[in-house]
Amino acid sequence: MGLAARRVASVDHVSTTPLRLVTAEDRHVQIASTIAVPTIENEAQLKALIASLSGVDAVGAEARAAKLSTRSIKKSTKLAAIEMAISMIDLTTLEGADTPGRVASLCTKAMRPDPRDLTVPSVAAVCVYPDLVAHARSVLGSSPVAVASVATAFPSGRASLQVKLMDVRDAVVGGADEIDMVIDRGAFLSGRLGQVFDEVVAVKEACGDAHLKVILETGELVTYDNVRRASWVAMLGGADFIKTSTGKVTVNATLPNALVMLEAVRDFAETAGRTVGVKVAGGIRTSKDAIRYLVLVNETVGSTWLTPHLFRLGASSLLNDLLMQRLKQQRGVYVRADEFSGD
Amino acid sequence: MSDARLDVRKTYKLLIDGAFPRSESGRSYKVASTKGAFLANAAQGSRKDLRDAVTAARGAQAKWWNATAYNRGQVIYRLAEMAESRRDELAEHVALAEGMNSRTSQKTVSASIDRMVWYAGWTDKIAQVLGGTNPVAGPFFNFSIPVPSGVVGVISVQESSLLGFVDAVLAPICAGNTVVAIASEARPTPAALLGEMTSSSDFPGGVLNVVTGLTSELAPVLAAHEDVDGLDLSGVTTEVGDELAALAAGSIKRVYRPHEKESDSSLRRLRAFVETSTVWHTIGQ
Repeated sequence: MGLAARRVASVDHVSTTPLRLVTAEDRHVQIASTIAVPTIENEAQLKALIASLSGVDAVGAEARAAKLSTRSIKKSTKLAAIEMAISMIDLTTLEGADTPGRVASLCTKAMRPDPRDLTVPSVAAVCVYPDLVAHARSVLGSSPVAVASVATAFPSGRASLQVKLMDVRDAVVGGADEIDMVIDRGAFLSGRLGQVFDEVVAVKEACGDAHLKVILETGELVTYDNVRRASWVAMLGGADFIKTSTGKVTVNATLPNALVMLEAVRDFAETAGRTVGVKVAGGIRTSKDAIRYLVLVNETVGSTWLTPHLFRLGASSLLNDLLMQRLKQQRGVYVRADEFSGD
Repeated sequence: MSDARLDVRKTYKLLIDGAFPRSESGRSYKVASTKGAFLANAAQGSRKDLRDAVTAARGAQAKWWNATAYNRGQVIYRLAEMAESRRDELAEHVALAEGMNSRTSQKTVSASIDRMVWYAGWTDKIAQVLGGTNPVAGPFFNFSIPVPSGVVGVISVQESSLLGFVDAVLAPICAGNTVVAIASEARPTPAALLGEMTSSSDFPGGVLNVVTGLTSELAPVLAAHEDVDGLDLSGVTTEVGDELAALAAGSIKRVYRPHEKESDSSLRRLRAFVETSTVWHTIGQ
């Protein structure tokens, strides 16, 4: 048995059962000292590795996500969760009608979500199209809020690799700290995993120092097995984050999809020794939704991941709901929806 | 074969956003007739039910106000038609709840239905009566137009379970507001029935929301809710009303408190929850 084959085979031993109970030790993922996942040299090797991943227990994953979403978070814990969620937001505007003015107001809000209360943390990043990156960067100035940009012919990803790479370089030159790329779902679904992998590698290289988030568009991947496979391809290709959705298709982020991705991230950390973040995006509008994701993260990969460096919420209207709920906790009465500026 | 059947007992539920949910708290309470006999189980609404109701009312308000006055009148008239076809059921509930004989309760139902028709007629007349053109010193037309306050919280009168409820909710609805009503605590079934009728009379979901339960628990939440623009305090005593009015002042709500003797055709209710919007328009070229 060759060296590579043995390394590939080790992926077989990765625990992937979605119903695994989290123990106290699991809360801080043990980073393996030896790297058990090989560098990918050719498509056949990649396909073998991906094929060796076990399937997802779909019913189990949905049941676990549903069970965890009933957990009750109240009072001071809720307040802490709300503030944590605010600090994890990628405040997003991805519309054809985006103007520099709109981006500027988004950036202002990102830096100081509630202008009357300076204890509210700033959000993690603003997320815009590449042509607005430089503008966002200039408005944000020296604030800790990062600029994220979607690139690679977002949201469809239907362009040649050269065009996608130019899109990325354009955003990086504009000052983007983070790049959200989309995978080629067409290639993935027709089995051309090597092409998907190569694109991730190429985009990662084009990113330079910028962090790379890889959007799997789980709504188009059809099955949980595909979500798990795509997660691995992206992580093997060098993704710093894997992200659920573009927010531009009918099915957005769902709890079970996030669970499958979090498990992939956990398994990757245990075998490859590299921690990858997860970003959920699309359709997350209420504080309740956001807190459900935080619970899911804590129970799947542990509290290590409860930081903006490893978990993000891509959203726009969510921020106002979080601010409203925060004020409700403080004032004790329900507050008006127009208490905070629209985006 | 015996004619014995199982009792099919009705549970009275809430009306929120055009749907009839149980209380999210899972609670219910017993409703008794004036003679103390068991009448029904009604949902005992909670703080969160009110929150949901206010969200629904807020969501429905712009659409309800943007419908034409004519259309709003048609919808309210349709409610009168529905009530007419179920008048015996209404009368039975009013009789049991208020301890009336059947003749008096039939009269009360007739009066209530007539009141619905009256409000249906008012939708396209409020602007003429409460609005107008103002004389100004310049080449301008100056109009004052009544516009709705927005979301109105109604603490419905406790004694008059149907007629009082009809007045309290239809007056603000007629003016283009949406309503979250707390029904009479001891006599909630006529209000619940009326709520059911709205679902078959083209009322858009969220225009009328009815929460049954304990007034002492629900009223302060509604009074303090910052997304409620007006508050009708008909169903509480003067002392409690003072406390609730103070809570309402926290978010500058318009507050309506009933007079000792109020004539039935009083315009006070209709003008209780309207604001005046004044528009200037140049005359000529």
